[in-house]
Amino acid sequence: MASIIEGYLGKRVDGTKSRMPARLDRWQSASGLFLGLFMWGHMLFVSSILISKDFMYTVTKMFEGSFLFAHPHPIIVTLSITFVFAIFIIHAGLAMRKFPYKWKEYKMLKTHAFALKHEDTNLWMIQAFTGFMMFFIGSVHLYILMSNADKIGPFASSDRVWSDGMWPLYLLLLFAVELHGSIGLYRLCMKWGWCNGTDARAARKRLKKVKWAITAFFLTLGLLTLAAYVKIGMEHRNDYGQRYQPTTAMTAPLHLSAQEVLS
Amino acid sequence: MPDTAQNKGRMLTFEILQYNPSDPQSKPHMVTYHLEETLGMTLFVALNMIREKFEPDLAFDFVCRAGICGSCGMMVNGKPLLACRTLTKNYPDGVLRLMPMPSFKLIKDLSVVTGQWMDGMSKRVESWIHSKEEVDLTKLEKRIEPEVADATFELDRCIECGICVSSCATALMRPDFVGAVGLNRVARFDVDPHDERTAEDFYELVGDDSGIFGCMTLLGCEDNCPKNLPLQEKIAYMRRKLANVKDTGGGLEIRVEG
Ligand code: HEM
Ligand code: SF4
Ligand code: FES
Repeated sequence: MASIIEGYLGKRVDGTKSRMPARLDRWQSASGLFLGLFMWGHMLFVSSILISKDFMYTVTKMFEGSFLFAHPHPIIVTLSITFVFAIFIIHAGLAMRKFPYKWKEYKMLKTHAFALKHEDTNLWMIQAFTGFMMFFIGSVHLYILMSNADKIGPFASSDRVWSDGMWPLYLLLLFAVELHGSIGLYRLCMKWGWCNGTDARAARKRLKKVKWAITAFFLTLGLLTLAAYVKIGMEHRNDYGQRYQPTTAMTAPLHLSAQEVLS
Repeated sequence: MPDTAQNKGRMLTFEILQYNPSDPQSKPHMVTYHLEETLGMTLFVALNMIREKFEPDLAFDFVCRAGICGSCGMMVNGKPLLACRTLTKNYPDGVLRLMPMPSFKLIKDLSVVTGQWMDGMSKRVESWIHSKEEVDLTKLEKRIEPEVADATFELDRCIECGICVSSCATALMRPDFVGAVGLNRVARFDVDPHDERTAEDFYELVGDDSGIFGCMTLLGCEDNCPKNLPLQEKIAYMRRKLANVKDTGGGLEIRVEG
């Protein structure tokens, strides 16, 4: 009954305002924070291909549980991606509340942003635009990996990038995520004042520089990484589907020690 | 000064919106004027010259001419500024496009009513001291630490010019948004020891998506406030405070009679 009263009257039965807007705002930020930091880790892992195929292989096997089990368990990867997908959906659902919806809102936003030429307003425009893009390209990527968790590796991933024609999507996704994520993390610091310190204005200037440095770093790393997968994919095109065999025994000691631990 | 070529100022171009919403015949349009620049010319000087020379009907507002009263805000090449403090020499190409501030009710041309909007905001955030203490004029006032008083005065410097509202895409898209000026006002009463309101009380006023949680941290306010108020810092502070207000209420109350 209390919930129905609140629904119709916009007031709770004791006359106070709902705490839901506060909760949603916290969840929006928490989900964004999680995704932003997760994307840093994610980029570092996929870029392992720049070191060597063996190293990337080891990293993927680690995510399949090589440190615990003797055999790989891609289900661990599926479940992890499902979790990230869930956070992604929650974040998108909460953050999309800020989009301009009506034409009139959009017109006002566009006129104002183009006339004002204000950096942080423009950054938000980029964030909203890339966020909208990710509804689609992010979902495609997440679903494909979720349902192909056993096909991640130096050759399998490169085949997907090149022979399966995923590279244009990854190129778009790279720019969308790196711009959206680093702008979002900067905005989080401003929004909650986490980095204000004693001189909030100096802190903001510094943080803005750090933000651009992070964007540049991850974009460069991402482009190099994508190029590496494209190159391997092209070379491997005639052996499409064939899986990678590690050349060194890099993972063996991991398996052994894990088994020893378990036995 | 002799009117030699050297002393002649450059020609400025003013494009000014003209429109009278209360006249059904009037259509919004831009009119261009050319005016010779003078030494230390502000928009206040320029607009008065334009009115004198070309357009006796031109409407715009000025009171103090010194950046104190907050009545002369307008959009200059897309940026909201106090016209009385805006020097024409800061525009190297000499072209100034003047528009009224959006988000406020337009009277005519460049003249808008910010007061009505500010009244609504003041009522919404209950912009007055809330105290149960009886004022006893025969006694000395309670002492306040100078630092606390300074912190209150600092935020009290707001002149209600409305520039933070006109530089905020959130406020422009969503006319019910309380704006930086409103959130700064809440922070001002929050820091003032005379006001007994708690975070719970402020939550009732601005704890929703048209209040503190509607702010998208675009920071147009912070970067354009002519009084340099610490808006980013104060809004973030109020956001932390109100986002963490405990949920004590909401309980079910059913009265069974008979
Ligand atoms: C369909 C996918 C997504 C959509 C539609 C979306 C949309 C948005 C929008 C519109 C905002 C601005 C919210 C505001 O101004 O209050 C935002 C904030 C943010 N986004 Fe996303 N986003 C998506 C995915 C992501 C991903 C993958 C990441 C991680 C890289 C991310 C990280 C962030 C962060 C850190 C913020 C700041 C959070 C805040 O202001 O509370 N988002 N997102
Ligand atoms: S906060 Fe600054 S910009 Fe906003 S009304 Fe007050 S003085 Fe003007
Ligand atoms: S006329 Fe008073 S602030 Fe400009």
